Amino acid sequence: MMTPYSGILFQLLQSLLVVLAAPLLLGWVNQCRAWLSNRSGAGLLQPYRGLRKLLHKDAVLAETASPLFRATPYVLFGCMWLAAGVVPVLATDLPYAPAADVIALVGIFALARVFLALAAMDIGTSFGTLGARREMLVAFLAEPALLMVFFTASLISHSTSLSTIVETLAHSQAVIYPSLAFAALAFVMVLLAENARIPVDNPATHLELTMIHEAMILEYSARHLALIEWASSIKLLTYFAIGIALFLPWGIVEGNNWAGLPLALGALLLKLTVAGAGLALLETVSAKMRIFRAPEFLGTAFLLGVLGMLTHFLLES
Amino acid sequence: MSTVISALPIDFAGAIILFWLALGSIGLALQSRPRWITLLIFPASAAASLLLAATGLWALGETPDVALLPLGLPDLPFHLRLDALSAFFLLLLGAASFGITLYAAGYFRSMPGGTLGLLTLEYHVFLASMALVLVADDAYLFMVAWESMALSSYFLVTTDHKIPAIRSAGYLYLLLAHVGAIAILLCFGVMQGGHGDFTFAAMRASELTEFWASAAFLLALFGFGAKAGLLPLHVWLPEAHPAAPSPVSALMSGVMLKTAIYGLLRVTFDLLPMQLWWWGVLLLTLGLATAFFGVVFAAVQSDMKRLLAYSSIENIGLILVGIGLGLLFHSYKMGGLAALAITAALYHCLNHAFFKGLLFLGTGSVLHATGERNLGRLGGLMRRMPWVAWLTLVGTLAIAGLPPLNGFVSEWLLLQAFLLTPGLPHSYLNMLVPVAAAALALAAALAAYVMVKFYGIVFLGQSREEKLSEAHDAGIWEKLGMGWLALGCLALGLFPVSVILRLDAVTQLVTGHALGATAAQTGWLFLTPMAPERASYSPLFFLIVIATVVALTFFAVRRFYHGRLKRGPAWDCGYPAQTPRMQDTAEGFGQPIRQIFEFFFKIEREVPDPFDREPRYHGKTEDRLWYWLYLPVARVVERASALMGKMQHGRIHVYLMYSFVTLLVLLAFSR
Repeated sequence: MMTPYSGILFQLLQSLLVVLAAPLLLGWVNQCRAWLSNRSGAGLLQPYRGLRKLLHKDAVLAETASPLFRATPYVLFGCMWLAAGVVPVLATDLPYAPAADVIALVGIFALARVFLALAAMDIGTSFGTLGARREMLVAFLAEPALLMVFFTASLISHSTSLSTIVETLAHSQAVIYPSLAFAALAFVMVLLAENARIPVDNPATHLELTMIHEAMILEYSARHLALIEWASSIKLLTYFAIGIALFLPWGIVEGNNWAGLPLALGALLLKLTVAGAGLALLETVSAKMRIFRAPEFLGTAFLLGVLGMLTHFLLES
Repeated sequence: MSTVISALPIDFAGAIILFWLALGSIGLALQSRPRWITLLIFPASAAASLLLAATGLWALGETPDVALLPLGLPDLPFHLRLDALSAFFLLLLGAASFGITLYAAGYFRSMPGGTLGLLTLEYHVFLASMALVLVADDAYLFMVAWESMALSSYFLVTTDHKIPAIRSAGYLYLLLAHVGAIAILLCFGVMQGGHGDFTFAAMRASELTEFWASAAFLLALFGFGAKAGLLPLHVWLPEAHPAAPSPVSALMSGVMLKTAIYGLLRVTFDLLPMQLWWWGVLLLTLGLATAFFGVVFAAVQSDMKRLLAYSSIENIGLILVGIGLGLLFHSYKMGGLAALAITAALYHCLNHAFFKGLLFLGTGSVLHATGERNLGRLGGLMRRMPWVAWLTLVGTLAIAGLPPLNGFVSEWLLLQAFLLTPGLPHSYLNMLVPVAAAALALAAALAAYVMVKFYGIVFLGQSREEKLSEAHDAGIWEKLGMGWLALGCLALGLFPVSVILRLDAVTQLVTGHALGATAAQTGWLFLTPMAPERASYSPLFFLIVIATVVALTFFAVRRFYHGRLKRGPAWDCGYPAQTPRMQDTAEGFGQPIRQIFEFFFKIEREVPDPFDREPRYHGKTEDRLWYWLYLPVARVVERASALMGKMQHGRIHVYLMYSFVTLLVLLAFSR
């Protein structure tokens, strides 16, 4: 049961599941948004159709584009694949897990973000640099806020390894951690900001002046755009998986124990369904903020994260 | 070891110092043949740097060597000592200066002979005095080396002394260097404890009370802080770094600032008999303030070298945070954690030497090719100078603290040290530490913003000026120098366990504990600072997974779909009248930061009237500390000297009376 091959197999299964199922989650969120705004929606599989269409098209590249611009979609995809492998989605203690702890996970997201921002500045259009500037503005507050969430969790479990954190939290159902409540709130705010969702950004916008993430990828087309879109959906699923692992870890497999797989899969499916619907609801009831309200929003998330840590020291240690 | 002719590392270090001094003198003599200087002197000097790095690496694992030179004061010959701490910083000096000197061989090739000869002398005196600072074992030699380091770097900064702004930058640097040097001198005075013996060995043995130890620590903090760019004493950095020729900026920022870190570590951990907890808290707070201040100011700069100078202030802040945390743990006898924090600080010293050196060299090539330092007039250089652009990208990603490069490793170690903290005896301290970790995370995230701005505006986008189309890529020497530093960034990032094992001797000396055994417990692939289940990180694994996925995706897309590509004009939402001036300038990119952290800056704005026919926008962002601290101090000094001036009449009998009164007073006191 615990042979290394079995571990690697489990790892590959988890990575593939995240990578392949990510557009499905996006489809579900979009479908829920459509229902909530009284439309019939395009169906769960629409993101797959979009990817297929984009992959078939011929790429058009700006004359001024450098190799950095062409390489970025692949780097982005690689980073998200790695992140999907590191986060315990189905099971803890997989072979990838020791390669990165929570801080390194934040580092992977930062690497992807910096590459995308640089690629956005590469063509030298006004919207590209605008998007890069705004993305980095959102990121420099969201990233420390995310770190604070992780720090709170790692102070509880005395570890920054995600596997250990999840195992510790999964085994302490009886205890309620007030610090984690603050952290959870901060995490939801960071999730919205980092995945370009309302109220920080609007993934469905067609108004360039209000764009953040979309402004950065305006110049991409065909397969490059497909990879970026796919990577974004993997990022969303990974963030959901992180949230689930930190705040609702029940049902996850510990060690690569194949017997627990059906339960873990079922639990994951249920949690993702609920969380996706929740995200759609949250997006439907809130309005997009002006860009300069975003720092206040994220500053609040950051302070909530710090408050969570202080609460841990005051009440739990 | 029992051979007849057994040379010790310190002999090598001494020989290299002498060799550098000789090279400098030869360079001065070769003024009429500038080609010889760039093709012979600088490469030879680079070889000596590499040898010094090897010597440092060798000496890291050896017992300390001592040597006595028959120079100096009659009863105080020069004492030299090479222990692990010195060896580490010699390694840093050698490794960084190897790349920088190689680069200099190409960079200075078009300089006129007279200036070049003088510069060669100053450059090598600078290198030699930095090495001498690191091996000095008595206060007298230390101060001599420290002062020649300050003076030679002053002359290097003012190489273009015909420009008034550069002269005043040099003056400011010299002033702060000397105010700092006085503090260091006083610190040594306190530490010798009234015995009149100025060797470091005597200082180690001297008994100081808590009060005097604290006084010595504060003096050292002030003195070395002035050199390193600690918060209120940082003002010279953003003036002097842009003024100096780029290889000199690289050397000053990458290496010279580290000699101040060396001095602080030497005095605090080695020479002083005790370490108090509040020293650590003070260092931690000051370090955080410095880091935060540096990065916020870096974000609003529009001169690329000033931006890098402010980023150096930030990085020095991070190093001081590590040392402060180490000091705090050390004073509470938490050896393992102290070793972790100090390792993080040392690692960051090494990293900063590599990536900041690389970035300054990159700006040097840009400056050389375009004659422009202002970010608002650059852009699109990636297509004109691809070598410089790609090598600088490595430095940019490294300094932004991104895995799998080296900047991330030290930041990771530092955050680990914060997170493993709980258990300090004061609950206030326990609360302080997470808040400090939050501030650190914020500063680190801002660094990424700054570096995207720097790289994006200089190298990406479209050229903002016509003349940039004539920019040329760097020559072979420049590429070699930058390539070495970029390679260093990669190697330090990918093999952290091997590096930490080498650092063991230093942390052992400084804190009495080492990290290597725990860090390497699961082999060289995984870095585990405490225990594998508590935290682990494997940069090589990172790189392999990302590279594999990138390659697989690339081939899969080609195999299952196609690789067809068309080139066309940029789309930009169909807007046809695009010009390069519509891209963000440095001011535009920094605007959000300026708005969010408005309190930090003194901003002067001149916004045109909407009906103005010829609108002009003018904005100026300044450091408030100038107005809050420096100008008041300057006014007090001026007023005091005006008062003193009243005593000077120019009449000889009045002066004689002063001497007489002084004599009487002294006689009365000494009775």
